[in-house]
Amino acid sequence: MVQYLMSVWGSEEDLDKPFGGYESEEQMQASFAATGAFNQKLMDQGYFVFANGLDSPKTATVVDGMGDKPVYTDGPYTEAKEFIGGFWVIDVPNLDVALELAAEGSAACLGKVEVRPMHGAE
Amino acid sequence: MTDVDDAITRAHHEEWARVVASLTRRFGDLDIAEDAAAEAFTIAVERWPLDGVPPNPGAWLTTTANRRAIDRIRRESKRDDKQKEAVALANIQGPDEPSLDRHSAIEDDRLRLLFTCCHPALAPEARIALTLRMVGGLTVPEIAKAFLVQETTMGQRITRAKNKIKAAHIPYRVPEAADLPERVSGVLAVLFLVFNEGYLSSGDHENPVRGDLTLEAIRLTRLVRALLPDDGEVAGLLALMLLIEARRTARVSATGELVRLDEQDRGSWDLALIAEGHALVRERLAVVAGGGPGPGRYQILAAINAVHTSVRDARDTDWSQIVALYDQMIRVDASPIIRLNRAIAVAELDGPEVALAEIDRLGLDDYHAFHATRADLLRRLGRSGESRAAYDRAIELAENAAEVALLTRRRDQLGRI
Repeated sequence: MVQYLMSVWGSEEDLDKPFGGYESEEQMQASFAATGAFNQKLMDQGYFVFANGLDSPKTATVVDGMGDKPVYTDGPYTEAKEFIGGFWVIDVPNLDVALELAAEGSAACLGKVEVRPMHGAE
Repeated sequence: MTDVDDAITRAHHEEWARVVASLTRRFGDLDIAEDAAAEAFTIAVERWPLDGVPPNPGAWLTTTANRRAIDRIRRESKRDDKQKEAVALANIQGPDEPSLDRHSAIEDDRLRLLFTCCHPALAPEARIALTLRMVGGLTVPEIAKAFLVQETTMGQRITRAKNKIKAAHIPYRVPEAADLPERVSGVLAVLFLVFNEGYLSSGDHENPVRGDLTLEAIRLTRLVRALLPDDGEVAGLLALMLLIEARRTARVSATGELVRLDEQDRGSWDLALIAEGHALVRERLAVVAGGGPGPGRYQILAAINAVHTSVRDARDTDWSQIVALYDQMIRVDASPIIRLNRAIAVAELDGPEVALAEIDRLGLDDYHAFHATRADLLRRLGRSGESRAAYDRAIELAENAAEVALLTRRRDQLGRI
């Protein structure tokens, strides 16, 4: 089995819109429900490791602990327009299974999903 | 060429993919399989002239490659479980390929290899490079030369693809039935891209038509046909390639100009390839008539090419049948490029005015063939000034040297107003 990070990408602009990038309250609720159902399916199949949504990148703090004293900086690490809005960690047999699940997850949460393998044992 | 050279060339064509595929399954590593296969062929080049060609060259190459791979894994301390297992097995059984149901397992292995090399998670140019290397057995310098990129660039492209396959765990398997049509179509797209680069080279100004690439694409498509004999689109693509290849020598004039289909010397067409292509098209027509699945894009394109190649005189071309086939094609793929090609047939059937009205709606302003077609239709309608402007734009956009030569002559034939 292989673990993959499936990260959901969104834009900063979307986050400031009334429904966080969704077209309407109804669409947002429907997407939450679909994502919940998808998570449940992952658990039932034994693929689920962890999943969660992230708060705005504006709430992030960057820490550099490599010097004598840690340095704290307000804001995200990169000033990118696109950022990770949420993620899953799954444990599946191979990339084909991961890609299929990512397609379902993307349709449920209405965002593009990046699939990236983790280092680790077979 | 001596008999031994000949045997080595033949073995390379027939056995390379088999050796790489079976080693990849055994060791779970494309890199080890590729290197060991290359070493086995190097040893064959040294040994066969001295020892004679072995009675079963394929088995000899597989055995030799297996031994090299096991030697390498033993030498290197870092190995994964699958490789340890293969070495342990070799310690008990000897290094040779385990013999149980060799034939069917190996046919499957080559399919596995093909689907892995054409996996949708790889970039399109990586799929092409990897397929030519792993399945086709071309060397990195050969592939680099074919696509006019630096050898180091091509080497990196292939290495990066192999690393991704390993790190991301792209499975070495034939896709499940539900995904098969989509994945086969991905494999066929790769083969057609290779063929098209040979058929209408975009960057090579010295060789507008490249027989090495078209023949390689046909060879690989024949292999896919042997592995998936019931797939209609595989048969369709092979037929399409054969019917285009049959006209290769007639497509470029002695002065390096592209020759249009209606002006080609049909006496120089390859009749054997045409007969083979027609037989495949007939086979598919019988399947569809017998209630089989409807034809996909390659089968329809092959049928269109079969209509073109079935008459000895271009004036006898059955344009109504070609328009009907394009109508069918539009139901599969309604892209503007297909509509443009349909309009070219419509011009023959209903005249250039009707065709021009159809293509002016297509919005293909960045596509050279759109302007070349418009230029031709405008010329036939006597609208020389507009025709000249369209030729200018087509020449500006065209990448193939032979095509530029044709368009330039056509433009310069227009009278000055």
